[in-house]
Amino acid sequence: MLSFNWIRQNLFSSWTNSIITVVLIYFLASIIPPMFDWLFFEATWIADDRTGCTSDGACWAIIGARFYQFMYGFYPTEEVWRVNLVYALLPFGILPLLWDKMPFRKQFLIFAIVYPFLVFFLLYGGPGLTAVASNKWGGLLLTLFLGLGGIIIAFPLSIFLALGRRSEMPAISAICVVFIEFIRGVPLITLLFFGSMMLPLFLPEGLDIDTVLRALVAVIIFQAAYGAEVVRGGLQAMPKGQYEAAQALGLSYWQMNLKIILPQALKITIPALVNTAIGLFKDTSLVIVIGLLDLLGIGRAALADTKWMALHVEVYVFISVIFFIFCFGFSRYSLYLEKKLNTDNDSENK
Amino acid sequence: MKILRISALLALVTFFSAPAMAGTLEDVQSRGYVKCGVTTGLLGFAAPDDSGKWSGFDVDVCRAVAAAVLGDSSKVEFTTTTGKTRFPTLASGEIDVLARNTTWTFSRDVNLGFEFVGVNYYDGQGFLVPSNLGVTSATQLDGASVCIQTGTTTELNLADFFRVNNISYEAIPVETNDESRENLFAGRCDVYTTDASGLAATAAQADNPADWVLLPEIISKEPLGPLVRHGDHVWGDIVRWSLNTMIIAEEKGLTSSNVDSMVSSTNDPEVLRLTGNEGEYGVMFGLPNDFGYNIIKQVGNYGEVFERNIGSSTPLALARGLNAPWTAGGILYSPPFR
Repeated sequence: MLSFNWIRQNLFSSWTNSIITVVLIYFLASIIPPMFDWLFFEATWIADDRTGCTSDGACWAIIGARFYQFMYGFYPTEEVWRVNLVYALLPFGILPLLWDKMPFRKQFLIFAIVYPFLVFFLLYGGPGLTAVASNKWGGLLLTLFLGLGGIIIAFPLSIFLALGRRSEMPAISAICVVFIEFIRGVPLITLLFFGSMMLPLFLPEGLDIDTVLRALVAVIIFQAAYGAEVVRGGLQAMPKGQYEAAQALGLSYWQMNLKIILPQALKITIPALVNTAIGLFKDTSLVIVIGLLDLLGIGRAALADTKWMALHVEVYVFISVIFFIFCFGFSRYSLYLEKKLNTDNDSENK
Repeated sequence: MKILRISALLALVTFFSAPAMAGTLEDVQSRGYVKCGVTTGLLGFAAPDDSGKWSGFDVDVCRAVAAAVLGDSSKVEFTTTTGKTRFPTLASGEIDVLARNTTWTFSRDVNLGFEFVGVNYYDGQGFLVPSNLGVTSATQLDGASVCIQTGTTTELNLADFFRVNNISYEAIPVETNDESRENLFAGRCDVYTTDASGLAATAAQADNPADWVLLPEIISKEPLGPLVRHGDHVWGDIVRWSLNTMIIAEEKGLTSSNVDSMVSSTNDPEVLRLTGNEGEYGVMFGLPNDFGYNIIKQVGNYGEVFERNIGSSTPLALARGLNAPWTAGGILYSPPFR
């Protein structure tokens, strides 16, 4: 009976609410069953090509047939254990930075510092490993490499840029202002073009920077400039008293920023930082304009195969689900962080 | 610092005059594979299969070059390029040859510092209509609504065509190929116009491709061909004659399956020269004499490549049209191999 009361109070409390409820239920009832039919019940899961998909539902066979490409691009099969190792170690490389109650966090923090170098070594190859040129990378591998790489490497840069912009030393603040304003003034696509097309022409012949690395550099400086402005917003929001109190205690510039200002400023900028991070993660699909096949590019390439053409909806649904998993993960993490830091704050105030 | 800036400026200036990079052939031979620029995926012309191996009409040009130079058509590394990145990628030397359905025009040939080595597909702007419209010629399209991608040369060609024929149309501007397809299938426009090969690809993706007709009028010239950098004439010759070999092979009836028996039975001197059984032709540009045999054996003649990728047995179902040998009513005409 409780639930009956709940329904009456929340859904049928007035005439207008009742009508809206009924209309919405009607819409959901007419949309959801066919959607589920298409997605699951009438879908074809295994087929050799699109002509094997005779049912009315989705043709998920394309995802199965192309799963390798979606995950690794054209990475050679005999070397793919390296990518799998990178994927498997990803939680250990990132969690210690994100989760302060992780068991053995101290030891893992050391690993987290080693991890990016390990990633480069494993993916590109080096002493003892066959080199794999980055034109073989693709799919989720490329999306994560550019997205996470961009977000993680750009974060410290954006803090330095934000501090630099507020610096009282004119040269430093001028450089930071010019850098931030210039980078923010151009679209990411322009930076990608510049990185991939113009840069090689300035470099001496023979010195060849890898295409994916050039894209990564473009992504990092873009994200650093945007992140810097977010962090600066947090710094501006700090009351002057915090600075003065820190200086009165005789703290140096770095002590003041590291111990007093940044912990508070970064806390209030979490939602905005995560927002730009999510934006960047999705923007990485722009690399298709410089001919790199990320998750979306690999999907489009699959559609260009006469074996699988015209299955646009299936491919795009699959890609959106993967992007959703990551972006939803980011936003849940930011909620967790806010909650954790807020409770700390409240208890201090009490 | 100043020198650096000046040299950067110089680099920018010389950007379009293309650096002279001699010795592409030596580079390819010592590297062991050909670096080839293709599209990021175009139905029938270039696409990766389920195992990540590239195939398609443009891809086969690269495979022919690899077969000629290295004797193995699988020794190709593909770099995906877009309409914007293809020229800088070729100019900077990241690829040896660009086979990316690129239209041969004056300014690209002359001003950009590239060399088109031939035409592997004669395309042209056409019209796609639903068959129940009952139209058999583009001149009957008076008052039709036409889906057209904005800012393209096809838009200008369309306006010219309707003005010359003194008929009217209503333009429905769209941004992308995907958008055009959805608009056409949903009946929001009567006609879609772009390059004929693109129209065939669009029709192939319909629920029932037979419901769509390509009208006979082709209103523009779009010769698509592979290109290389200016300045390395040996390499340009190699790519040109790799393509010509496929064209001559079709003319002579040489296919990948009959080339062995033809060589032993024929007394046609051009066939013998082409397959390296007479004369010393390959060594003239630093290749083995049987380079032509390798192309025909491993990749096939032009007709085989056409049928396999975009011909009537494929969903694109493109007719040979202009792309038939000159002996069969088309305009494919290679200089003689002698």
